[in-house]
Amino acid sequence: MKVLVAVKRVIDAYVKVRVKADGSGVETQNVKMSMNPFCEIAVEEAVRMKEAGIASEIVVVSCGQQNSQETIRTALAMGADRGILVQTDEELQPLAIAKLLKAVVEKEQPEVVLMGKQAVDNDFNQTGQMLSALLGWSQATFASKIEKADSSLTVTREIDGGLETVEIKLPAVVTADLRLNEPRYASLPNIMKAKKKPIDVLPAADLGVDAAPRLQVVKVSEPPVRQAGVKVGSVAELVDKLKNEAKVI
Amino acid sequence: MSILVVAEHEGDALKPSTLSAVTAAKEIANHAGGDLHLLVVGKGIDAVAEAAAKVGGIAKVLKADDEAYEHLLAESVAPLLVGLAEGYDYVIAPAGTFARNVLPRAAALLDLQPLTDAIAVESADTFVRPIYAGNALATVKMNDARKLLTVRATAFDAAEAEGGSAAIEAVEAAGSSDQSRYIGSELTKSERPELTSARVVVSGGRGMQSGENFAMLEQLADRLGAAVGASRAAVDAGFVPNDYQVGQTGKVVAPELYIAVGISGAIQHLAGMKDSKVIVAINKDEEAPIFQVADYGLVADLFQAVPELEQELSKVL
Repeated sequence: MKVLVAVKRVIDAYVKVRVKADGSGVETQNVKMSMNPFCEIAVEEAVRMKEAGIASEIVVVSCGQQNSQETIRTALAMGADRGILVQTDEELQPLAIAKLLKAVVEKEQPEVVLMGKQAVDNDFNQTGQMLSALLGWSQATFASKIEKADSSLTVTREIDGGLETVEIKLPAVVTADLRLNEPRYASLPNIMKAKKKPIDVLPAADLGVDAAPRLQVVKVSEPPVRQAGVKVGSVAELVDKLKNEAKVI
Repeated sequence: MSILVVAEHEGDALKPSTLSAVTAAKEIANHAGGDLHLLVVGKGIDAVAEAAAKVGGIAKVLKADDEAYEHLLAESVAPLLVGLAEGYDYVIAPAGTFARNVLPRAAALLDLQPLTDAIAVESADTFVRPIYAGNALATVKMNDARKLLTVRATAFDAAEAEGGSAAIEAVEAAGSSDQSRYIGSELTKSERPELTSARVVVSGGRGMQSGENFAMLEQLADRLGAAVGASRAAVDAGFVPNDYQVGQTGKVVAPELYIAVGISGAIQHLAGMKDSKVIVAINKDEEAPIFQVADYGLVADLFQAVPELEQELSKVL
């Protein structure tokens, strides 16, 4: 089974983002960038599928600027076989990414597309569902467990009330939630090996899709800052404050 | 101009998040005008449709009651939304896992770019949403003619659940898909209030050390009529199930009172609770970042402080 994994380059999840003074966005100059954590989980799942003999080949795709090759390289070091960069300097929103990925899927013909459930920059949580829709494939979002049968996958999903299990026919798009697995760190020999793995570059403009943004960010601002309150000395003082000062009990 | 609100429900009752989405829809109607319709999808949902008809400000309830919608699978529900969306300028749903799963699928079929997690309505086409785990707020203008969006329930007050008398109109099912099949679910059973709508939330983190120790928090929660939540660390460690998770990728809560016990306060957790009215933090590490957002901080060993707190509360409640 051929597996395609889509990955996104984002500001590292542990970096405290700073809003630009002019309100045009957040500061990305000299900021550590990494693979979106949910994408790492998707890559790890694909690699485990390959190790278990379920996946035959893992193709990693990223849509974005030239420097997204670094993110693809990280996935190759984790165990993916080859990469594709859909290159553009334009801003891409989820619908546009879904359209670009659809074009790649049509070329590559994988049976499964794995992706993260959301990217921690824009927190949209849309692209997997949209890709699945455009392809007319089945979908399983927020996966915490994936098992393969002959022509289907059994996927456990994290939903608001707990867990739900569905069986989806292949081909399918599956998006990874936090507890699907714990991604590995790439070993130094694998990082060296990944340098020799191929990455194809496809100009986004050659894929013939309308990737123009539909949402226009008018401004980006700081959220209201919550002031730290007081430290209380005892449980009795806490209860007194909650009752008589905050009046919430 | 008209607005379709997609209800979140539990088979026999509307979820409170639906009432918040109705309020968001009313705010949009204040700018754009138009009637509010409420869509209820499922199987055997007469009681929900009747509850929906009583919600204040709703002109019509659409009831899509069909075998195909029993488990609300995205492949079956999305085509229904696609068909119905034709008649509306806005389709709005509360941002739970149901809408997150289905709405983008419907939007792609309509060639529309939806907006996720609106927390404020600025005008008929402009909304505020958190990005980077709530560390920045983006004001976003939607340029598509038809607008599909999910709204954060915690950012909008609940609309009146009673007082309306909307007509209920049955809508045809849009066919079912055999692409996916429901196998089963493990839902957390609890007598406690639902996490996202509870007035008080008591959450535990890695400091709880084990799942058994959560019994202590449950006792405290029951004393306060509270829901029990957890940080990602506590869920990842297997102390409690995934649906307890409060944070960027879990549930967003904004109760009157949030008590964080043994939670250090990673930004991903703060993203899910920092709009709570009053925050209490109990942690033995006085440098823990949670204290930077807490109204009342208690530096103490939680294994002593929590039972003591429950004792003290028993005297005043």
